[in-house]
Amino acid sequence: MVSPFLFWTVAFLTVIPSLALLFARKPTYVAMSMVAVMVGIAVAFIGLSAPFLGLVQIVVYTGAVMMLFLFVLMLVGVGNTESLKESIAGQRWIAVIAAIGLGVIVISATSRAAFGPVGEAVSGEPDVIAHLLFSRYVLAMEVLGALLITAAVGALILTSVPRLLPKRGQEEIMRERLKSGADPVNKPMPGVYARHNALDVPAIGPDGEPLPQSVSRVLQARGQMQDEERYLERVNDVDNSLPKPPAAEGKKEDES
Amino acid sequence: MSPIAFVYLAGVLFAIGSAAVMMRRDAIVAFMGVELMLNAANLAFVAFARMHSEIDGQVMAFFVMVVAAAEVVVGLALIILLFRARQTVSLDEAKELKG
Repeated sequence: MVSPFLFWTVAFLTVIPSLALLFARKPTYVAMSMVAVMVGIAVAFIGLSAPFLGLVQIVVYTGAVMMLFLFVLMLVGVGNTESLKESIAGQRWIAVIAAIGLGVIVISATSRAAFGPVGEAVSGEPDVIAHLLFSRYVLAMEVLGALLITAAVGALILTSVPRLLPKRGQEEIMRERLKSGADPVNKPMPGVYARHNALDVPAIGPDGEPLPQSVSRVLQARGQMQDEERYLERVNDVDNSLPKPPAAEGKKEDES
Repeated sequence: MSPIAFVYLAGVLFAIGSAAVMMRRDAIVAFMGVELMLNAANLAFVAFARMHSEIDGQVMAFFVMVVAAAEVVVGLALIILLFRARQTVSLDEAKELKG
């Protein structure tokens, strides 16, 4: 016998989140509510004296399968929501009627069937399941192992992209850059230090000329670059006002 | 309460999953509907195993889980291929099998 409290808890925990499959617009919400459904079914398994299956359900479904679904959702982009346009007229209502019909058939067939009295609970502990798996069902177990390997290799082959061009290493990339006339060294950092160290002022080269390429392209495109002439004037002003270094001849005269 | 109640619950979940497969155009969501149907079948297996005091039903449910895991791996690889070819996972866009 199963306690009614367990049954109704599991029923609410599975049926209500599973409705997200029909009504939630974003696939991510559907995936998260499917995780709740899987946990509910795991609770049902443990309540139906199948503790091993309950744990496997959590590990395989919520841990592996739904996370795989989330990975693929992230790969194909979570932002796109499904369009509401129906390509087949009235498909939604036909689907709803067909699904309700299917549910009615299954439930009425179950209610008409005559079941014997419920037997004693036999707990599906891991050792009991393992005895069956490796004795009566050992052939099916081997076939399943082959199936899993085939599926993994098949998925690898399906998603692998053959390389059409030879791989470009660091050396090839560097040669291409130099051939296209790029500067072989790093770009200078922006800012005129000691007077103005903001990123929006071009650096001043050793020749005293501003280097516009030192300012980030983003700032240039936004038109947020400062006027370089203004800062150039001030730097020149500093240069002019600096005291002349004491002449080497003067020092020698003092010593002598 | 008899474990047969869980078979009814499995029937409801199976119907919801099949409705999702028929209604939704997003390939990933439709695929999750298939997963829900497999889980509903598992729930019925375990409920029947409890009713008949047998472990074989649980072993069958275990096999279904393994097959479902293999199916998810291949199915999601196919969805990624579809996305690479069409830039969408909508089932309406895939009108021909040619890539």
